[in-house]
Amino acid sequence: MSKTLVWVEHEGGAVKDATLSAITAAAKLGEVHLLVVGQGVDGVAAAAAKIAGVGKVHVADDAAFGHALPENVAPLIVELMGHHDAFVAPATSNGKNIAPRVAALLDVMQISDILSVESEDTFTRPIYAGNAIATVKSKDAKKVITVRGTAFEKAERDGGSATVEAVTSTGDKGLSSFVGAEIAKLERPELTSAKIIVSGGRALKDGPTFEEVIFPLADKLGAAVGASRAAVDAGYVPNDYQVGQTGKIVAPEVYVAVGISGAIQHLAGMKDSKTIIAINKDEDAPIFQVADIGLVGDLFKVVPELTGKL
Amino acid sequence: MKILVPVKRVIDYNVKPRVKADGTGVDLANVKMSMNPFDEIAIEEAIRLKEKGVATEVIAVSIGVAKAQETLRTSLAMGADRAILIQTDDEVEPLGVAKLLAKVQEEEGAGLIILGKQAIDDDSNQTGQMLAALLGLPQGTFASKVEVADGSVSVTREVDGGLETVKLSTPAIITTDLRLNEPRYASLPNIMKAKSKPLAQKTPADYGVDISPRLETLKVVEPPKRTAGVKVADVDELVAKLKALGVAA
Repeated sequence: MSKTLVWVEHEGGAVKDATLSAITAAAKLGEVHLLVVGQGVDGVAAAAAKIAGVGKVHVADDAAFGHALPENVAPLIVELMGHHDAFVAPATSNGKNIAPRVAALLDVMQISDILSVESEDTFTRPIYAGNAIATVKSKDAKKVITVRGTAFEKAERDGGSATVEAVTSTGDKGLSSFVGAEIAKLERPELTSAKIIVSGGRALKDGPTFEEVIFPLADKLGAAVGASRAAVDAGYVPNDYQVGQTGKIVAPEVYVAVGISGAIQHLAGMKDSKTIIAINKDEDAPIFQVADIGLVGDLFKVVPELTGKL
Repeated sequence: MKILVPVKRVIDYNVKPRVKADGTGVDLANVKMSMNPFDEIAIEEAIRLKEKGVATEVIAVSIGVAKAQETLRTSLAMGADRAILIQTDDEVEPLGVAKLLAKVQEEEGAGLIILGKQAIDDDSNQTGQMLAALLGLPQGTFASKVEVADGSVSVTREVDGGLETVKLSTPAIITTDLRLNEPRYASLPNIMKAKSKPLAQKTPADYGVDISPRLETLKVVEPPKRTAGVKVADVDELVAKLKALGVAA
């Protein structure tokens, strides 16, 4: 049986949701092995071993792996790929940073952002901002794949009892070092795993107005906050709020688009949401063509009223 | 220091792609083509580094059909010094592109290679990382800020949780994200001047690289369509709908 190696993304000692979706995709290819790399990751490895359907967890604990630097992590993965048939990573910013580096070192053409596994060598993936879906077949002996989290169910965090095996670190390659991060403190659910999202667009005018109008509604609904590229470019909110082709891909139960016209780049990031609600003063805005529920009106009147009535 | 900037000719950002009826791909006949937006940002960054005196020469390189010359001329009009076209009618995958670019870098010895983080046609987001791997160089992907120092470059990256800064030894590979800069428009005099800037013509065979595809596209289809739903008249009706969805009490 073929063996698939999944790179585990973790934060604060916990396995991230996108990895659970990647594991579900990997399970369609064969036996699932996980790779946990980082510094002080015994707890993560123990948690990973409990995930349903996992056969083995490889752990490499080294300061060189502390910030998932691809220059250090990729060579280790390449070594492990000597006895695995496929490498799978979640299509997150870290996964997208590491996987192509692994692919090139293995002389394999990566299949990015898969939506489904059709067979052991055939997959579907979005192209042209999701305006087309390609079915591609890989001729490479080994596969390197990134997985779109919203397209696969999350593997259960419990039920497994995989063996944990330490692997020798391939060390620090001395090419790169981590300097620092400005990671937003999350007071609300994380965008990519939220059940409800309230997103704002350029119509919100400026940063303070965005916060005044969008945040109370999001908090009433227990929702995450997103934004269109236009709102991020205009500086209303930081980059990690962006939903779209080049931002985050989301598929919540309910997506509320406020003052977002619905450019194709934005739709690419949210059109798989179960229910889309649009609030926009322009009744011809393209967002209404994909919205299940639309309300035409001035968001500065309508949104506070809605927040008040919930 | 030289800076190498690969650019790709793709469907224009504002054009809605249409899937061909026979399911073989996206219809690009008579469709407006432009430089990949992330590559424009890459060119702009390279030119700014030259204007600051950090870089001495900006070289644009494109792999594609003869018309990719237009994309290279745009790069030259923005301010690149010279261009290289590696002409082929075949579709070249990111791995093949990275292999060709690795050969170009062997000849040019650039201190930085700045690429767009992804092309808006195949959305692969691979070439920069692959090139870094093939050359054994560090990579600063999804950059929103680039600061070059002596022998190193600091790259602030847009990551899922916010921003992260890494320090890389040079030469290094950088891929651009949207907020790195706002690309300039080429002025008319610069467009005229670009016509006489050097543009070298090459073929993949000149570099002895195997670019045969590893992926076979079996079919291309339109995604499932969403249909427009209902419009509600007022906030009360919207509240009722939200209650029916179970998201409001």
